[in-house]
Amino acid sequence: MIHFDHVSKRYPNGREALTDLSLEIGSGEIAFVTGHSGAGKSSLLKLIALIERPSRGQVVVNGQNLTNVPRSRVPAFRRQVGMVFQDHKLLSDHTIFDNVALPLVIAGVGSKEIGKRVRAALDQVGLLGREQCVPLELSTGEQQRVGIARAVVSKPPILIADEPTGNLDPDLSLEVMHLFRRFNEVGVTVLVASHDVHLLQHFPVRRIRLEAGRVVDGADTEPRGRGDPLRTEAASP
Amino acid sequence: MNAWLTRHLQTLVGSLGRLSKQSLATGFTMVVIGLALALPACLQLLVSNAQQATGGWNRSFSISVYLQPGTSLQQARQLTERVRLRKDVAEVTLVSAEQALRELRRDSGFDGAFHLLEENPLPHALTVRPTDRQASPAGMKALADGLRALPTVQTVELDAAWVDRLNSILDAARRGILLAAGLLALGVVGIIGNTIRLDIQNRREEIEVTKLVGGSDAFVRRPFLYGGVWYGLGGAVFAWGLCAMVVATLAQPIARIAGLYGSGFRLAGLGWQASLILLIGGVSLGWLGSYIAATRTLALLALESREC
Repeated sequence: MIHFDHVSKRYPNGREALTDLSLEIGSGEIAFVTGHSGAGKSSLLKLIALIERPSRGQVVVNGQNLTNVPRSRVPAFRRQVGMVFQDHKLLSDHTIFDNVALPLVIAGVGSKEIGKRVRAALDQVGLLGREQCVPLELSTGEQQRVGIARAVVSKPPILIADEPTGNLDPDLSLEVMHLFRRFNEVGVTVLVASHDVHLLQHFPVRRIRLEAGRVVDGADTEPRGRGDPLRTEAASP
Repeated sequence: MNAWLTRHLQTLVGSLGRLSKQSLATGFTMVVIGLALALPACLQLLVSNAQQATGGWNRSFSISVYLQPGTSLQQARQLTERVRLRKDVAEVTLVSAEQALRELRRDSGFDGAFHLLEENPLPHALTVRPTDRQASPAGMKALADGLRALPTVQTVELDAAWVDRLNSILDAARRGILLAAGLLALGVVGIIGNTIRLDIQNRREEIEVTKLVGGSDAFVRRPFLYGGVWYGLGGAVFAWGLCAMVVATLAQPIARIAGLYGSGFRLAGLGWQASLILLIGGVSLGWLGSYIAATRTLALLALESREC
């Protein structure tokens, strides 16, 4: 589903965020990208969402070689990738409903269908009935769940999250992580970047550990544990 | 196609909703645009009405033909008959020198002074009224030239000369209006462009998020284009209202003045044609201004955030 082939990313300021990175994430898999801040986790996710382009190497996502996606096709590509951000990036002057509906509006879905799917997505994150609130009326944890609802409302095959629990206390973090697990269980490929080692202990799934822009552990899909967190737990204690 | 239309309609209504949320700022912008549009529209009203008013007057004008001194009354009568036979003449009256002197004495009140004159200094004169078809400025001139070429005619005075002049002035004014309208249109594009630019700066965050979840450049730009269209339309409607108000305020006093001059002239408002031009002009200028500003500003934003 996600394939990195000798990818390097160097920013205009000269900093090399990723160095010769190769990586394979299978369809329906869930994985954590771990590492200290500055290890290249965000860069990795940005390359998947085509927010950045690699300096060298190739990234293939959902069967598309991103090198061949022209600028004009980037929006269409991005609709296949649900994104969750640390600061949720909600629109503060729009209702929860409008925030979650945004990807559907962009995709040109009819308004009846939008209503149905937005409510379904909000139901999945446990926020049904709060559609008419604005983000500031919600707690931080709830806001993050709205962000997740927005990421999954258009049912993308891939869900990526950059430090989704960075601003949350441990209980809320667990709750959010469970949500990701649940989406993975219905077949969504999930990639979560997090540096929260304690939190990850609760979730024995594949880990891709980055250090200074290189993968030091977990580069290849583990054949035994793909898409099944419990078996992965048994396999890698 | 249907979904496409729905989406555009939604954006259209949505951008109007957003504008109405900041009703004060939107109102001010529309007033400024409206004033800029109302100025040429009102000038156009002035010119078209002036033309209307003078157009009807051409008819009541006549040409005075003065004969050479020493022309006999007999000759004058013959000339009158000759002029009467012309196809472009509706009516001719001969005012003989004696008749003219009599009238002058009666009207001037200097009866006594005229007795001192040894002989009548006034020439015979003809008053020629052209046919309706000949009553245009050019026709009047042609007729005057024809009369001037007749024997014993000394001078031909065209009373309509000032109408001719007024028409030239109005022609010049119309060009001036065109020029002013062009400059003010440029101003409207500038006002709307700047408003949209600020609007985009204020909504940077929303634009970034929209792009992150897959909004295309066209999708992001669309509400701003419609915003510009609304500004233009609102300004045009305001300008139309201003013109209607000007006409309503001036109609009565002007009708009274026209009545005093024995004319049935009535002040005309913007016709439906001019109204349509005003509205379409406002909308087009709004679209143009927002198109330029949105395309440029969004491209700059994309450059700043190093989009790939």
